[in-house]
Amino acid sequence: MTKIGRRGVLGAAGAVLAMPAVRARAQAAGVKIGLVAVQTGPQAALGTQLRDGFLQGLKHLDGKLGGLPAEVLVIDDELRPEVAVTKVRAAIERDKVDFVVGVVFSNILAAIVRPVTESGTFLISTNAGPSTLAGRGCNANFFTTSYNNDQVHSVMGQAAQDSGYKRVFVLTPNYQAGRDAAAGFKSRFKGEVVDEVYVPLTQLDFSAELAKIAAAKPDAVFTFMPGGLGVNLVRQYRQAGLANIPFLSTFTVDEATLPAQGEAALGFYSAASWAPNMDNPANTKFVKDFEAGYGYVPATYAAQAYDGAMLLDSAVRKVGGRLGDKDAVRAAIRAAQFSSVRGPFEFGGNHYPVQDFWLCQVAKRADGKFQTETVRKVLSHDTDPYAAECRMR
Amino acid sequence: MSLGLLLVQGLNGLQFGVLLFLVAAGLTLVFGVMDFINLAHGVQYMLGAYLGASLAAWTGSFWLGLVLALPAALVCGLVLEWLVFRHLYERDHLSQVLATFGVILFLNEAVRAIWGSAPLQMPVPTLLEGGVQLMPGLQYPVYRIAILVAGLAVAGLLWVLVERTRIGALVRAGATHAPMVAALGVDIRGLFMLVFGFGAMLAGFAGVMAAPVLSVDPGMGDTVLILAFVVITIGGIGSVRGAFIAALLVGVIETLGRSLLPDLLRLVMAASPARQAGAALGSMLVYIAMALILAVRPRGLFPVRG
Repeated sequence: MTKIGRRGVLGAAGAVLAMPAVRARAQAAGVKIGLVAVQTGPQAALGTQLRDGFLQGLKHLDGKLGGLPAEVLVIDDELRPEVAVTKVRAAIERDKVDFVVGVVFSNILAAIVRPVTESGTFLISTNAGPSTLAGRGCNANFFTTSYNNDQVHSVMGQAAQDSGYKRVFVLTPNYQAGRDAAAGFKSRFKGEVVDEVYVPLTQLDFSAELAKIAAAKPDAVFTFMPGGLGVNLVRQYRQAGLANIPFLSTFTVDEATLPAQGEAALGFYSAASWAPNMDNPANTKFVKDFEAGYGYVPATYAAQAYDGAMLLDSAVRKVGGRLGDKDAVRAAIRAAQFSSVRGPFEFGGNHYPVQDFWLCQVAKRADGKFQTETVRKVLSHDTDPYAAECRMR
Repeated sequence: MSLGLLLVQGLNGLQFGVLLFLVAAGLTLVFGVMDFINLAHGVQYMLGAYLGASLAAWTGSFWLGLVLALPAALVCGLVLEWLVFRHLYERDHLSQVLATFGVILFLNEAVRAIWGSAPLQMPVPTLLEGGVQLMPGLQYPVYRIAILVAGLAVAGLLWVLVERTRIGALVRAGATHAPMVAALGVDIRGLFMLVFGFGAMLAGFAGVMAAPVLSVDPGMGDTVLILAFVVITIGGIGSVRGAFIAALLVGVIETLGRSLLPDLLRLVMAASPARQAGAALGSMLVYIAMALILAVRPRGLFPVRG
């Protein structure tokens, strides 16, 4: 090692030693957020929506949460659980973040939930809402601003029931979430399921399944095909002339995939707790400024992350910036005193929202862009099915 | 299951097979003639789709997009050949696999940086819109029939090129006796470059043709690449005829297996496990077929090298 090299190393070591002191001072003055959002890989578009939604929230709050200056570290989980754990640990131990927010996918959430909550840091999921954390596995330091995944599928089952469909064809990918989707749908749909077809996650061409649907002549089709799968299915469904059979879906047609689905998705249904056209002052402001700032239509990923920012703002304000008092912070988050873009919003005993769910439909706006719009309210003030099993400790 | 549905599923299989052939033809030429494993063939297919979709959006016409995307894909292929691949011809297969895998990672991220990670849309041309009624309630899209026709046309063209022209004779000779061909005064480097560019263009063509049906997103080439390798392995590496037969075989097995197996299993099992097992078996069927064919004919159906 040369002299300069050694001096450089010593300098760096000195800087590292000096850092905790600097951090501690910065922490007293502000709020630090670790924002977990996938930024690489095929699902990066969803992580971008989530990140932009949260940042839009901060913009509306002048870069402050509860009056304290906020600093956001964007953490790319790369959709790999082990990477997420390493990066989140670093954010907690080295960067001393006060809150970990975000997370698009359930498997990432499952990996980081213990490392985050056991360190005494609050974890606010703005998208992933697995049932494992809603029931017996509920956690005092974990909140979600989204929903329980099963709830959304069951909403579509209820909507199919309300629409009077007798025979429904179910088509989902062959993995856990796909089978959960089918089960969730059937939990509220009481009619006949003519056929259940499971396809591989790498499926490109749906023509075989579409021919089956045409042969079965169902009253409606229920499907859950996230991301690129949904783009392929929706376009091929339209091209096969099946669009006269109602297309009921969850996480298949949303603002993240609509730019690629376009006209093909027009009139297709989805279930959600939020849509861009919801008429309340908070939502109008959010959608208008988000589109002006980022140049695309927000999806639920963005809306729930925006709500996450507003939630934290209300909580930090309520405790007067004393983030050290964990019990007070928990109670303040639990109170959820903010105006959600969904309208009414409250947390249930398991820290999952108790909220309204809507049947939505894809529509074309006057400016030529596509978005989902609310058709009718399906469930009011719905508590997720696992809440009763939760004993919060 | 009615006879009509069975016929439609057969047609679906053929159509998917033809699409696979378009990708696999270039791959088998490059692998067979140059003994070069090009994992990046899938990203060339993706580049074709992206170029086609953007050029079609820019010019407002599918046809202009298609016509312009072909030379663009050719140029991309040649640039890649010049920058990366030509330095690998003398290396062993492992180096080729590693380097071309690196190209996949690089280009997937590059596409994401340029076009964003949201999928792109490429509309079906007005001329080929609509469908033909093949069974009650199901329109068979005209565009898919166009893919079938285009694939068959490319197959015919390739057959003429390889079997009936001077350049084709050189390519065939280069596949089996490369040093001898070079000794006879043929510029084997130039020939390789030509084959490579042509292969890249074929992959690009497949990408553009697939774009209105499949989603155009980063990584779209990866799934196709695996099936394309299955096709050229079954067909015999380097054989265009083998790739054609194998592609149709894989397309039909994939489609029919997926649609028939759950129903067949239901004859012997309860409905719910039959669905699960059928779906799982259906996605394995292609690989089972490959294993069986290779057990009987280790060099594929139409081996080129002796």
